[in-house]
Amino acid sequence: MTGTPTRKGERRRKGEELMVPRAEFDSYYGRPVIKAPAWKDRDIAGYFFTGGLAGAGSVLAAGAQLTGRRTMAKTLKVSSLAAVSLSTAALINDLGRPDRFLNMLRVCKPTSPMSVGSWLLAGYGPLAGAAAASAVTGWLPRAGAAATGAAALLGPAVATYTAVLAADTAVPAWHGAHRELPYLFAASATAAASGMALVTSPTSENAPARYAALLAAAADKAAVTAAERRLGMVAETYRSGRAGKLLRCAQALTVAGAATAGLLGRRSRPAAVAGGLALLTGSALTRFGVFHAGLASAEDPKYTVEPQRRGQE
Amino acid sequence: MTGVFFETGSLFSGPERDPAGDAGHPDPPERVGFFTDTSVCIGCKACEVACKEWNAIPEDGLSLTGMSYDNTQGLGASTWRHVAFIEQSGPHEVPEEVPDESQPAGDMRWLMSSDVCKHCTHAACLDVCPTGSLFRTEYGTVVVQEDICNGCGYCVPACPYGVIEQRADDGRAFKCTMCYDRLGAGQEPACAKACPTDSIQFGPLDELRERAALRVDQLQEAGVPGARLYGHDPEDGVGGDGAFFLLLDEPEVYGLPPDPVVTTRDLPAMWKHAGAAALSLAAGAAASFVLPAILGRKGRR
Repeated sequence: MTGTPTRKGERRRKGEELMVPRAEFDSYYGRPVIKAPAWKDRDIAGYFFTGGLAGAGSVLAAGAQLTGRRTMAKTLKVSSLAAVSLSTAALINDLGRPDRFLNMLRVCKPTSPMSVGSWLLAGYGPLAGAAAASAVTGWLPRAGAAATGAAALLGPAVATYTAVLAADTAVPAWHGAHRELPYLFAASATAAASGMALVTSPTSENAPARYAALLAAAADKAAVTAAERRLGMVAETYRSGRAGKLLRCAQALTVAGAATAGLLGRRSRPAAVAGGLALLTGSALTRFGVFHAGLASAEDPKYTVEPQRRGQE
Repeated sequence: MTGVFFETGSLFSGPERDPAGDAGHPDPPERVGFFTDTSVCIGCKACEVACKEWNAIPEDGLSLTGMSYDNTQGLGASTWRHVAFIEQSGPHEVPEEVPDESQPAGDMRWLMSSDVCKHCTHAACLDVCPTGSLFRTEYGTVVVQEDICNGCGYCVPACPYGVIEQRADDGRAFKCTMCYDRLGAGQEPACAKACPTDSIQFGPLDELRERAALRVDQLQEAGVPGARLYGHDPEDGVGGDGAFFLLLDEPEVYGLPPDPVVTTRDLPAMWKHAGAAALSLAAGAAASFVLPAILGRKGRR
């Protein structure tokens, strides 16, 4: 039991209040209506981040390869491979029965974003691996280029399907923002990948990363604003508590990172690195913030009951 | 409400006549369910005990909540029937059928209700399960195959009623099976069998719905204005529940969501937005490479 006062108890103690119109909402001793996921934030919010970094990284890597930015292409391919490997490890680690992870590929279900995601990762992972291996060793450059292109095609899906994964639940802060979350995740993934590019590439190559960072920061802000407007009272969970703190820091870091990289990253390598690190951290905090907003919205019954009541009126 | 067709031909939401047939069972038996009439529940918890015993569910805490006679607290991985106790003070209409003059309309009442998995017509837990562990039985119920579940935990936040849960020391997800083993042997589920007042009624769903409609009319005529059915309507957000209720107050008083919706109703919209977001990501990345090239050329001029 939580230590929060039971709304019901408070109301019922005063009998005469029953004669006045029903209070805004009632609950069963303040207990949650839905169950919050038992997912660990390090694994699942962490995966939202690494999956985004990997997916958007593959897209930027392909662009870098096409435009002859060799260092950027190579380092992004390596970071995408590392990120997708970490993602897979985190996802398996979060299972209640990790030894049964292969059951994820037992069926292919479009109604389950997790099934779709498993198949996406099963396709994307080896491609990201081949692209990175070829870039590092210099072997099979044509196959490497093909893998780079294919990974870039799957990358955006890897970066955005995780938003559907979260939204396709009864969790009010996630489901209520199901239209906006994919754009937020796309922006956040781009911020992370551009941050990685800024950290690892020379200033002579980092122009696209700077543009991408600025675009991502603007899109991130727009998506968060739109999501909060849509969510109404549930938006509280994005502004208060742990999630609020995480998202405020995320926003500040993303804006500061994009501004630093955009204004100074062209000439100053240290500024590019600092901006890139801020963007990476901002992206990670965005995912942890969204994750914790979901948990907060699941744990308080008012976020389940009030929007449903309002929808009935 | 209109359902959305996917390539499987199955509905994501809306009324659905034959969930078992839709799930691929050829010529399935009648859909069965529970009608829990809370107006006759006496809070004995025989259902909780019978369920635990028949299904060999492990003990999951012997704590005293201090909030009411309800020390079970809620449905979970190891609690598949849960009797809610609500103590309400204040004047309440007492039905005329209560004959005892020595007990006039009091200023408090007990609401007791045995909660259970709703076995939704459109079950979000089943829809989102990535392994196919959760499946629709030939009886139209929803069951977890424990030899397949890998404990991903996706069904837990997907359930709009907060029913299914992972067992912490086991990792897998568990919930009510409507005694799938007993159904196969022509027996009613253990909770319904044990209920001494027939508050829990088991049977073909259509028959239960008819019976429930009569009972709620009877109660309303007798002067119980709060009496209402919950989860009986095939037009609701989950296509109607396989286990529905007669309640005496608002659903949220019992810890039930007032207007639950199967999350997958919105899944086509979610995939559409994810697709658009993925394209935006690609377009943004392309612009990031094209812009410096254009601006760079201008700069050099």
